[in-house]
Amino acid sequence: MNTVAQQNPVVSSPTQFAVQKPPSQFLPVALRTAGAWIVALLLFFPLGWLFLTAFKTEQQAISVPPLFLFAPTLENFHEVNSRSDYLLHAMNSLITSLGSTILGLAIAAPAAYSMAFFRTKKTRDILLWMLSTKMMPAVGALLPIYVMAQTAGMLDSVSALIIVFTLSNLPIMVWMLYTSYKDIPPEILEAARMDGATLWKEFRHVVLPLSVGGMASTGLLCLVLSWNEAFWSLNLVAAKAGTLATLIASYSSPEGLFWAKLSAASLLAIAPIVIFGWFSQKQLVQGLTFGAVK
Amino acid sequence: MSSPSSSNTRLLPRALMAPAIGTLFLWMIVPLCMTIYFSLVNYNLMQPGEKTFAGLDNFTYFITDPDFWPAVWNTLVLIGSVIGITVVLGVLLGLLVNDPFPGRGIVRVLLISPFFVMPAVNALLWKHMMMNPNYGVLADLWRNFGLTPVDWLTDWPLLSVIIMVAWQWLPFACLIFITSLQSLDREQMEAARMDGSNAFQRFFYLTVPHLARPMAVVIMIEMIFLLSIFAEIFITTSGGPGNASTNMTFLIYKQSLMNFDVGVASAGALFAVIFANIVSFFLVRMVGKNLD
Amino acid sequence: MAYLQLHQIKKSFDDAHIIKGVDLEIQKGEFIVFVGPSGCGKSTLLRLIAGLEQITSGNLLLDGRDITYAPSGKRDLAMVFQSYALYPHMSVFDNMSFALKLANVSKDEIKTKVQRAAEQLNLTKYLDHTPKQLSGGQRQRVAIGRAIVRAPKVFLFDEPLSNLDAALRGNTRVEIHKLHVALGATTIYVTHDQVEAMTLADRVVVLRDGLIEQVGSPLELYDRPANQFVAQFIGMPSMNMLPAKAIPSFSAATGGRLPADGFLGVRPEGLRVRAGTGRGVDGKVELVEALGSDTLIHVDVGGLQLIARQNERTSLQSGDDVAVELDPSVLHLFNREGRSLAAA
Repeated sequence: MNTVAQQNPVVSSPTQFAVQKPPSQFLPVALRTAGAWIVALLLFFPLGWLFLTAFKTEQQAISVPPLFLFAPTLENFHEVNSRSDYLLHAMNSLITSLGSTILGLAIAAPAAYSMAFFRTKKTRDILLWMLSTKMMPAVGALLPIYVMAQTAGMLDSVSALIIVFTLSNLPIMVWMLYTSYKDIPPEILEAARMDGATLWKEFRHVVLPLSVGGMASTGLLCLVLSWNEAFWSLNLVAAKAGTLATLIASYSSPEGLFWAKLSAASLLAIAPIVIFGWFSQKQLVQGLTFGAVK
Repeated sequence: MSSPSSSNTRLLPRALMAPAIGTLFLWMIVPLCMTIYFSLVNYNLMQPGEKTFAGLDNFTYFITDPDFWPAVWNTLVLIGSVIGITVVLGVLLGLLVNDPFPGRGIVRVLLISPFFVMPAVNALLWKHMMMNPNYGVLADLWRNFGLTPVDWLTDWPLLSVIIMVAWQWLPFACLIFITSLQSLDREQMEAARMDGSNAFQRFFYLTVPHLARPMAVVIMIEMIFLLSIFAEIFITTSGGPGNASTNMTFLIYKQSLMNFDVGVASAGALFAVIFANIVSFFLVRMVGKNLD
Repeated sequence: MAYLQLHQIKKSFDDAHIIKGVDLEIQKGEFIVFVGPSGCGKSTLLRLIAGLEQITSGNLLLDGRDITYAPSGKRDLAMVFQSYALYPHMSVFDNMSFALKLANVSKDEIKTKVQRAAEQLNLTKYLDHTPKQLSGGQRQRVAIGRAIVRAPKVFLFDEPLSNLDAALRGNTRVEIHKLHVALGATTIYVTHDQVEAMTLADRVVVLRDGLIEQVGSPLELYDRPANQFVAQFIGMPSMNMLPAKAIPSFSAATGGRLPADGFLGVRPEGLRVRAGTGRGVDGKVELVEALGSDTLIHVDVGGLQLIARQNERTSLQSGDDVAVELDPSVLHLFNREGRSLAAA
């Protein structure tokens, strides 16, 4: 016969209970696993194909039926790297993305700080107004911006893109920094105040260290959005300040055997951002839905 | 939230907010005013200096452009289809992935990847790799079943664009719904199970209402971003054949940077702005409810 | 002169008057407890003293100095927050030394002071831990240590024990008491728990709706409540409150001093419950709560719910007929408005 101890085992960790919880009823596990994997692989297939093609020779790339097994080669990547205009465009992408991120953070952080810690009745309205500027279609500003850039001689310049990217992403950055500042419990700031901290010391010793994570993820999101930006990149710049988006768009009319190289170029262009994206899922949801989904 | 409120510190918050508010204000107002101004004058970039007042001529010209109504229709079809596909599939995928199973982390990573691909790459990827009638993967698939491959971009331009864009935005919807499903109250589900409900009932009475809000958000956000679909059309079909895959954004672009008719294009842009305003009004209200 | 003086302190947020005029004088070394139901303004009053909220009107003087408009950091006060409010990114040592660092105190002095406080609170081996690695009780002690290190003029505690579980609460309460005896520091302590109030306080301030109902030592409040509210707030279970006409024999026991529209208050220990009928009023047992050391007997007397307390175990059960007797020496008389008349 079981002892009392055996009949009522002491729960040594909460996970003991968790394991015994019945699974949710949406399809049995095996079916779900198979379904999820199939769908995921199907959806990922085009990217996977891009990845494979980058390592093929041009002949292999256009072979009919399409090749799945082949000996990989790095020749495409070598070619891409040695093309100076690829490097130029990549540089431009990097400059515009980083530039707009840093500029954006510099403008957004003080504003978000002010809204989080010096809240007034108007704060909410200001924040909503900022978000609404993001919702205006870019095409509505295309002509004026184009004309202004033309007049200022800034067409095909990196600066124009940096300004446009910064302003496009500013509302999202303010919003995300605002929420990360608000995540700091106000009592901690009150404690700092009681400990004798001035406003600046409060910021430097308490707010800043605690919001570094938020700033990083905001910056990451801005980087992703700027890098992938396609509307202004295609309209405001051309050869000199073109970004990778511009370069890749210029291949829209086929020029013979070039798919493998195009795949390699594309892969290089998207790989870092896709990987960043994997790490910034949560920020993406928060940033792009303006916090409407928790 | 307590804060010292001497007049000294009332200046500081305003100074901190000034750059952001100032620049955004300019960003919003200046183009808007200029667009309104341009829409009321005759202005063609090829004939600078000739800016005569045109009244509502630009608007009439824009609307009576033979491409106008097709563009409106295409825009609606494009937005509607992508939203429909992404929301429905997004919810189903969200449910599929919500509960743990082996490899869930990797599946999630695979599912969200398309969203981070540059639209330009997205466009070319589909145009050359998938949809090319000779060498594309889809062509091969069709041939495997003994069917003639479809020339997607020529015969089904709008559908092709829809597929590309939906592929890119499905992860977004998925992610939103996955996030939202995580916050579904498990205890509520368990109570329902004890009350004797089956899986379908729980889905319709508990899950769907819970998802109503994120669905609304997804629909509205997508409406705003999908209105501006440009790169995919620009790179693949150039709005064609004819105007079969031209949407409002592309039409305005055509007018402005291909015909260089700033006046007419501005008139068109105002239409887009008004439409976006209507949608964003509701979105802002919904977001506002979420802010404390 | 009193160490801390509050003169007609008022606080409103727009149209809401939270504190409606509080006068209070606190002597050096006193342990004062603010107690009252939720929403009475006790935390707000504490925060006004701390400088975390601005006083709308009135004066606050500390050791002769007017600090009504002084910023929190310059008032020489230290506060222990309900949620501890430790700096999550700093070690325990840094948490406790932050204020001193801001005041440019020398490193050696900081080290001495922090280590002394850590010893007093048994935190010495946690000095380089971060708050995340500590238990609730340990974080509590760090919060207290942070205050001690500053050797402020007054310690402010904002419901410090609410987030602890029951056993820990009891222990920490005793620790706080011992600490007060050791340091002799002036302390203002806010709580909604009257047991804490009764055991820790030199004097208790009972607040309701932004006004002080009564100030006095714990036993003073227990034996001589100034009004019905205090009478029923202090003491667990609450004092039995009967309208004068409810049980005539009880009211008669006051010798006619109870007005006909007044109220009679009697604490549970002032009622005696015996089986069967006999001396006293007839009633029926509703519920018996045997706590081990005490026994509470809920009795229904003609529709009225009374609670009696006794030290002995009882064999009474629900439904038994009993007779309830009053001890006339512990009656409290209240007039129609609820103010106390002189006790019997």
